Amino acid sequence: MSDKTTKSTNFITPKTDKFFTGLADAFRFVKRFFAEVWFPPYEFKEVIRQCYQIGYNSLPLISLTGFIVGIVFTNQSRPSLSEFGAASWLPALIAIAIVRAMGPLVTALIAAGKVGSSIGAELGSMKVTEQIDAMEVSATNPFKYLVVTRVLATTFMIPILVMYTDFVGLMGSFMSVHSNEMVSLTTFFVQVFDALSFLDIISSVLKSILFGFTIGMVGCYKGWNSPKGTEGVGKAANGSVVMAMFLIFIEELLVLQVVNFFRMS
Amino acid sequence: MEEKVIEVRGLKKSFEDLHVLRGVDLDLYKGENVVVLGKSGTGKSVLIKIVVGLLTQDEGSLVVLGKNVASLNPKELNKLRLKIGFSFQASALYDSMTVKENLEFPLVRNVKNLSKPEREKQVEQVLDAVGLLQTLNQMPSELSGGQRKRIGIARTLILKPEIMLYDEPTAGLDPITCIEINNLINQVRETYDTSSIIITHDLTCAKVTGDRVAVLMEGEFGTEGKFEDVFLNASDERVKSFYDYNFIT
Repeated sequence: MSDKTTKSTNFITPKTDKFFTGLADAFRFVKRFFAEVWFPPYEFKEVIRQCYQIGYNSLPLISLTGFIVGIVFTNQSRPSLSEFGAASWLPALIAIAIVRAMGPLVTALIAAGKVGSSIGAELGSMKVTEQIDAMEVSATNPFKYLVVTRVLATTFMIPILVMYTDFVGLMGSFMSVHSNEMVSLTTFFVQVFDALSFLDIISSVLKSILFGFTIGMVGCYKGWNSPKGTEGVGKAANGSVVMAMFLIFIEELLVLQVVNFFRMS
Repeated sequence: MEEKVIEVRGLKKSFEDLHVLRGVDLDLYKGENVVVLGKSGTGKSVLIKIVVGLLTQDEGSLVVLGKNVASLNPKELNKLRLKIGFSFQASALYDSMTVKENLEFPLVRNVKNLSKPEREKQVEQVLDAVGLLQTLNQMPSELSGGQRKRIGIARTLILKPEIMLYDEPTAGLDPITCIEINNLINQVRETYDTSSIIITHDLTCAKVTGDRVAVLMEGEFGTEGKFEDVFLNASDERVKSFYDYNFIT
């Protein structure tokens, strides 16, 4: 009888057990965020500091990447459209591609690499050096001060960065279009806004909010739960990037299905 | 009868199969410095982490300043924590903040209606008490190990605690700095009227700072008493060897 019992529970391998335990931990972490975000103290100063760190400090990288993406995508699309005599549709095509998908995705992936890893490493190192414990013994809620503030900052800042990337990407595209097709800035942007619908813009913003929340939450979760030791800090930083990128692609896919449903109806 | 500020009875703590504390009893009286000695990994730090509520015991009772720690809700526990200063082994200074911001951090969050000039005055007073007023605007990375320890102690003193818990205060420091830290521990007791538990494996620190010494061996207190009684008349071989290795090698 006891052999039978042992056999029947053997399908739960240590790996499976670890996976589901991790999933439950992550769920509890997110639940704790929503339980604590509404109540004081609100730590406004720290939220503003994090917004500055996440937003302003990411601008050079985001600007360069967004601009290059705009130019490259325009140059890659031109031959195909020209083949059908539709080169004049370039601004519309680029606008749809950048606002609907590439702007949010490129920004989120860069932020996952830059911001997510930095949050994971910072919190991991704070855990290793007992700084989180030091906050707790001085009667400060470290979850509220470290996690809630960072998640709020990424959730606020990523949509703003996405709008900025969209603009910079479109400017890059305009430079390419202007130098090849001699289109003026006004004509370019009239075509851009003609091609975009309200649904495109609102879905882009909502998706960016989701990406920002994911980047902050994953970075904080990995850092907060990092194993002790310097190796743990590295693992937390690396895990933050990999997990955030993976979730961003999954979310992109899911949001696309939802938006397409609304577009069709 | 002297007033007990900490009363520990039958405290047990395990991490999976590792039984760290196997029934610890300890009393700390008001104004007293108790040194807990023991080899690395005997559960010294675990004991004071349980006292401050960073860890919870598996069994046993713990009463701090008349409150049963296990029965406190988070709000009550935080209120109690304000009366306990915890000096971490690696100082645990917030490395993204200056010394001044480190010291202001607990004040801003726990002392209401404190004006900026008053706050700055308190920060300067406590920095002066540890002899490091000149480091006010420095970052923790710019400080030496001894300075970091002092700032760590200053950060706990700013809330004027009744109890101080020192986790390895002299670990990793040169002998001269160790003497300075030992003197600082005694000075803190006199100035702030604190009772302290000092976790260490440094016998000089134990001799200079402790009114009473307790040696933790295999999860229990093997022997307890005045330094001279514990070590100079020791009958337990493990206690004897602890003393010999500290002073000979």
